Amino acid sequence: MIISLESMLQLSIILPLLAMLAIVSTGRNPNLRETVSISTSLVVIYFVFNLYLGIKQGENIQVDWWELLPGLQISFNIEPLGMIFALIASFLWLITTVYSIGYMRSHKEQNQTRFYACFAIAIGSVMGIAFSANLFTLFIFYEVLTLSTYPLVTHAGTEDAKRGGRIYLGILLGTSIVFFLLAIISTWFVAGSLDFKPGGVFDPNVNTTVAGVILVLFIFGIGKAAIMPFHRWLPAAMVAPTPVSALLHAVAVVKAGVFTVLKVCVFIFGLDLLAILPSTQFLLYLAGASVLLASLVAMRQDNLKARLAYSTVSQLGYVTIGALLATSAGVIGSSMHIGMHAFGKITLFFCAGAILVAAHKSKISEMQGLGRQMPITMAAFFLASLSIIGVPPAGGTWSKWYLLMGSMEAEQWILMAVLMISSLLNIAYLLPIPFRAFFPARGMPVTDTGIKEAPLPSLIALSITAVGCVILFVYPQPLYELARAILDAPGLAYGK
Amino acid sequence: MLAHLPVLQVIVPLLAAPLCLFLTRSRLVWVFALAVSALAFLISCLLLQQVMSSGTIIYELGGWEAPWGIEYRIDPLNALLLLIITGISTIVLLAAHTSIQQEIPEERHTFFYILYLLSLAGMLGIVATGDAFNVFVFLEISSLSGYALIALGKDRRALWAAYQYLIMGTIGATFILIGIGLMYQMTGTLNMEDLSKRLPEVEHTRTVFTAYAFIIVGICLKLALFPLHLWLPNAYAYAPSIVTAFFAATATKVAIYLLIRFTFSVFGLTFSFTALPLQILFLTLGLLGIFAASTAAIYQKNVKHLFAYSSIAQIGYMIVGFSVSTTTGLMATLLHLFNHALMKSALFLALAAVVYRIGSVQLSQFHGLGRQMPFTMAAIVIGGLSLIGVPLTVGFVSKWYLIMAVIENGWWPVAVLILLGSLLAVVYVWRLVEAAYFKPPLPGRDTIKEAPLSLLIPVWILVIANIYFGIDTRLSVQVTQAASMSLFGVSP
Repeated sequence: MIISLESMLQLSIILPLLAMLAIVSTGRNPNLRETVSISTSLVVIYFVFNLYLGIKQGENIQVDWWELLPGLQISFNIEPLGMIFALIASFLWLITTVYSIGYMRSHKEQNQTRFYACFAIAIGSVMGIAFSANLFTLFIFYEVLTLSTYPLVTHAGTEDAKRGGRIYLGILLGTSIVFFLLAIISTWFVAGSLDFKPGGVFDPNVNTTVAGVILVLFIFGIGKAAIMPFHRWLPAAMVAPTPVSALLHAVAVVKAGVFTVLKVCVFIFGLDLLAILPSTQFLLYLAGASVLLASLVAMRQDNLKARLAYSTVSQLGYVTIGALLATSAGVIGSSMHIGMHAFGKITLFFCAGAILVAAHKSKISEMQGLGRQMPITMAAFFLASLSIIGVPPAGGTWSKWYLLMGSMEAEQWILMAVLMISSLLNIAYLLPIPFRAFFPARGMPVTDTGIKEAPLPSLIALSITAVGCVILFVYPQPLYELARAILDAPGLAYGK
Repeated sequence: MLAHLPVLQVIVPLLAAPLCLFLTRSRLVWVFALAVSALAFLISCLLLQQVMSSGTIIYELGGWEAPWGIEYRIDPLNALLLLIITGISTIVLLAAHTSIQQEIPEERHTFFYILYLLSLAGMLGIVATGDAFNVFVFLEISSLSGYALIALGKDRRALWAAYQYLIMGTIGATFILIGIGLMYQMTGTLNMEDLSKRLPEVEHTRTVFTAYAFIIVGICLKLALFPLHLWLPNAYAYAPSIVTAFFAATATKVAIYLLIRFTFSVFGLTFSFTALPLQILFLTLGLLGIFAASTAAIYQKNVKHLFAYSSIAQIGYMIVGFSVSTTTGLMATLLHLFNHALMKSALFLALAAVVYRIGSVQLSQFHGLGRQMPFTMAAIVIGGLSLIGVPLTVGFVSKWYLIMAVIENGWWPVAVLILLGSLLAVVYVWRLVEAAYFKPPLPGRDTIKEAPLSLLIPVWILVIANIYFGIDTRLSVQVTQAASMSLFGVSP
């Protein structure tokens, strides 16, 4: 191998940022610009995959950049959880780029160069988050992600977009400054370290009240995990173009949130400490409430994207619950759910976008009978819904299985009930959509309105992710092994 | 030559100021003033390097030994301030030639540069000297030229603003003078080092209390500590843009320096913070300042007013750090002093570019500027992010230390309040962003072009400094640490 693993790690963060410059400078030639986006994402996937092989062989990949403040370094390290996130994000970046080409062009969106440029920064910062070796580095990229996605959310430039952007930035920046930063500084003050360490950085005899308060600050502060009452930004951000909603609000941004929650729970607090903190139970119930309430709200939405947004809020609650359960099955379930939900939800968003582009429909009530005209899209929607619900033959089955096991292990019967009820609710708000599309209610005239499938690039993209949901059911081993290794590994290296 | 650096630091701009009269053409005077300021900057760099490597420099003016003669004393704190003042002054001057074409009539250009250099010399003098009375003298030099500079503003309200500042500033300076006089009466000395040795003998007397009270109130007027800030918004808003950029970054900083110097070095920490309930007073005023001024900033229609109120809020942060009165707290104050100078000079200089193109800084006039002046607006956005305290900008560094300092003292609620204060900054910065990027350009404004390079380059030097010192914090952290350690009498 010519490039060392260390350089690959750094390049997978830096390349998207460089691509941003290339995208801006090739803005006049859309084909060239998109070539830059796609080839960069291919290279990044190649690097991430090599890194994956590397840590599978037990390599410890660590890079230190520089010391920003005394004792606070910007440094990167790869461990299995970060690997899961990086693999998913880099792969789905490629798919989304392909999808956006179809979507943005046929929708004749303005400012496409800005769009692709911000997209690239966002992915660069996601890679930075995934590979952060300490909370400080993570926080920096977390904020860069918020700021770089703001222009994407407000892409349309309308009053609505401005309002959505205000809520988006207000909540994400607000929670991160007031709670997250305070939590980080407090951790630094109490524990004297911000490094992600197996078993956590806190002293085992730490004052549990203080640590409990810090945990609450973390959970509230990581607004991207969208725990109620800090979830409002997610539906507000739905004013963004669909590819943005798809990648950023089903994968990159929200997953950066729950990924951070998992990282903090496992590597800052450590499961042993987490289990005895007085605030954990409260937060578990809060996350449980978030799961249920968001599902209920989702049922009442007629706008497809809004329904998907609330469904995301609910599914993010699963991951948070899994992390807070402080059991190994919970952590495995959570980290697998990051992947499973990513594939499922991105497919659903792709479908929503395809329907908007091809049929110009965004209301669920208008989608009856659409299955005839858009069979592939609706079939993909059906498969992805199954994955979100968590039934075979879709990948979501496995993560929900482990989450349920985790709640049993922790003897959290109420939460177990919450998870099961929520799955029922998922069925109620997702399945009717493809069902009604294929089998419209009697009395609904199905006329041939000349609606055809979405443009080919979009169609290819959504088929790939839908098939991905099934593959993850049949062949979940790689993901599962990574998820297992998060807790198994004595050092951070996986497989050692 | 190197031994005379402390005095050259002050003398060079002081003597250069009248020399401007011999140069008639505006461009020539500009080049001269710029060269002088750059030279002063070079001197301050050398001084800083000397101080950091070999400790405090003591220079006896005219060879007269202190406490009889006047002594210049440069320790890390002085060197830091000198560096900030000369650095900002040089970069701001870089933009001056273009900016004042629009704002000051041609025949007054020479006058402007003379005042600018005098004001610079005054500030440098305040910082460099180790003599309390000398402080007053230089304070008057910088203030008087400052009033005149503000009065040069195009808007007629500049006269009223300058007059307001004149009254308040003179009261402040008089208070300081009264304080110094009372100290002299009790101790018979004016040398700061000497004062600090002699004051403890008489510190229980009412006269010393009175002296301290006069000095503190006088300084607080100068530094625009809430609620003594009333002169500041108008002075900043109606002065020529270049003057605002220079003063916003330096004038209040010098006053903060005086506050620190008198409290820590002259009167000593035990006296200052035990004799009077100053800690709680400063903490309360600092926090009130943060919230009151940030809230006021949100409702401003004039962008210069907006950033002026934001300056008052930022002074609040520095005062909070000061009130913690630990090494970390003082370090936070000094870091913010350094960082805030970078932010505000960048922002006000970017506003100068806006004024150059559209002749107004009303928020309603900013519509559509995001497209028409992309580089200027990008500079304002980055400066604004720095003001909020986003990581990788300087604002984050100072916020980090301030929170650390507050938490070390166990003041958790204060930490929360400080962070809430930055949310207000998000609101007022974002009003500007939304105006510039989400509104269509005003009718008849289609031909507005990006600002000329002669303005953009200085603006971007400062913007890049905002990012650079947010990433590479070695210089700022080391110097402020050394300064705060030496103030506490701990060897670093």
